[in-house]
Amino acid sequence: MKKKVLASLLTVAMAGTMLVGCGSKADAPAEAPAAEAPAAEEAEEPAAEEPAAEAPAAEAGALIKVGIINNDPNESGYRTANDKDLKEFFCEANGYEASFAYSLKNDEQITAAQKFIQDGVDYLLLSAADTAGWDSVLQDAQDAGIRVILFDLTIYANPDLYAASIVSDMDKEGETAVNWLKSQNLDEVKVIHLQGVMGSAAQKGRSGALDAEVAANDSWSIVTQQTAEWNAEKAQQIVQSVIDSGESFNVIYAENDDMAKGAVAALDKANISHGVGKDVIVMGFDCNKWALEELLAQNWNYDGQCNPFQASYIDGIIKTIESGSEPEQKVVVMDEKGFDAASITQADVDTYGI
Amino acid sequence: MENKKTSVSAFFSGLVRKQIFIPLAALVILAVFNLIADPSFFKITLGYNSAGSPVLSGYLMTILDYGSELAILAIGMTLVTAASGGQDISVGATIAIAGSVILRVLCGTNSRPDELQAPIIVAFLAAVVVSMLFGAFNGVLVAYFKIQPMVATLILFTAGRSIAAWINNNELPIVSDVKFTYFGGFIPGIPIPTPFFIALACILIMALILKFTNLGLYTQSVGINESSSRLNGLNPEFIKFLSFVILGVCVAVAGLIKVSRLSSINYSVIAKDIEMDAILAVALGGNALGGGKFNMAASILGAYVIQFLTTTLYKFNVQSDALPAYKAVVVILLVVMSAPVVREKFASLGKKMKSSTKEVQ
Repeated sequence: MKKKVLASLLTVAMAGTMLVGCGSKADAPAEAPAAEAPAAEEAEEPAAEEPAAEAPAAEAGALIKVGIINNDPNESGYRTANDKDLKEFFCEANGYEASFAYSLKNDEQITAAQKFIQDGVDYLLLSAADTAGWDSVLQDAQDAGIRVILFDLTIYANPDLYAASIVSDMDKEGETAVNWLKSQNLDEVKVIHLQGVMGSAAQKGRSGALDAEVAANDSWSIVTQQTAEWNAEKAQQIVQSVIDSGESFNVIYAENDDMAKGAVAALDKANISHGVGKDVIVMGFDCNKWALEELLAQNWNYDGQCNPFQASYIDGIIKTIESGSEPEQKVVVMDEKGFDAASITQADVDTYGI
Repeated sequence: MENKKTSVSAFFSGLVRKQIFIPLAALVILAVFNLIADPSFFKITLGYNSAGSPVLSGYLMTILDYGSELAILAIGMTLVTAASGGQDISVGATIAIAGSVILRVLCGTNSRPDELQAPIIVAFLAAVVVSMLFGAFNGVLVAYFKIQPMVATLILFTAGRSIAAWINNNELPIVSDVKFTYFGGFIPGIPIPTPFFIALACILIMALILKFTNLGLYTQSVGINESSSRLNGLNPEFIKFLSFVILGVCVAVAGLIKVSRLSSINYSVIAKDIEMDAILAVALGGNALGGGKFNMAASILGAYVIQFLTTTLYKFNVQSDALPAYKAVVVILLVVMSAPVVREKFASLGKKMKSSTKEVQ
């Protein structure tokens, strides 16, 4: 009896959060509310009703059906921008009928993929939470004649199973940033290196370039190399610790904007000047709008882009396939910029800020 | 002479038996370790921050500063632990909610306002009310539906950060008003970090409540034996419920400090894993995690000891993702030390030593 009460209570709570999740996004076009549900089996019920009710009756034949599987948009500003870009692009006005599914868990994503395959989508767009475990479901998609396009995150699977993969080159992002730092011609570079979650592609790429340069160049040294796990609070504590120890440094190399922000909060507390022409150079990544504004105000020096605007690239590939040919390259690397506080403009902030 | 000796040893054995001995001993061990490794750890310097006001800086100040949220949470967590015999694991997520509410009220619908849309105190009170409601939600599940506290709070642990994001439409509001930074930084002219004063205020209020009301007594009796306290005319459900609501208030205060530190919020990582540190503070304070008797001062000291440990580890450049492993070692030691079997062994060992010294005399 007790268990039953507990179970029904939990179900109510889950359903409640689900409704809340849907409510906030009700304005998004052609969205399956089921996608928001945390657990796959909870999702089944409303999913069965909603798409049937919403299905565009008349022009359904003309639209290209895409199933988009993404990570949770709450994960980061990057993901929020990525999701927004996809939602805005894959709408009926552009000739698409899109369904979305979100999860940070691989198994839930695979369940969503299987559902999309059963629904008979034309294209499956996938940003996989994990690199492994996708072979069989991609095989199912191929058997059903569904083309798969990977975006943002790549997977370990037979390349024949997907049509294209659109990725950021994290190594290049790191190199661009390190080359920029080199071009500042400092006599001595003493870096506080704030790393992302260890082992993530972004961390590896962005750390790799800096590590290589520090190893190769005698005038470059690392004061502290610590992972702050993308977390501003941790970054603040790490930088605070270096300040307390009295060691000198002149560069903060933070692998995302949040950590750079935390570092700057610690610098402000200790009255260490930072920004263009000041004591400490601040470098961040991801090009959040607020971060670019810090650049514009000359409080930070550099911000490297990690391009979340993949919809147009995906569209290009779908158009190519629809016209009967195959995309020229399997792996498409997006253009990514690095912004310098000395040259950034308001237009850049508006265009590239996420 | 003889008399004095016994009184000194009695004092020490009394201290050892006192609950606050555990966090105190941990503090002394850490302090001695730092003193030997690098005495500059204790150096405090007076400087000026970028706003031009005087600030004290140094590792000790850092500990007082960053340990304060934890100390505030430890207050509420101690009550919850004592009353319900379980822990609230949703405090990190509800801090995200409280922080999100504060920013939502301050910023209104515009995520980057030039001036505040409401006074900070209004935003804070709104957050207090919301946090109390979420605390009440946990409290109802635990007290009236008799769900295991860890399971009941698992709901908000899972959903809390999404709710926090939803409150602000998934935007990241940034407050530009400098006054808002005072709560997590320094008030101009006062060189000691504000979070410490906030923690001090919370501790004082709690001390007064415990002194002038029966909350402490009732909480302990509910934790020790629920049915006999019911027979004595207490309402165990309400006491449990109340402890969660009080924790809600603590969460709102901690949330204010957290969002003030950066004038912004990141829903997925703000106050991440802080619940584990708060529970550890209660354990380090020597409180039984199964409920019953508690010692508030020991928990609060425990919170600062944890920050002491964290700051020490940062100082020695321990990788920050390895920090939980070190804390795990502390937990293991604590759990083993407080196990009844080990305690009995220690007690009998102590008796033997006493009798042997007597024989020598």
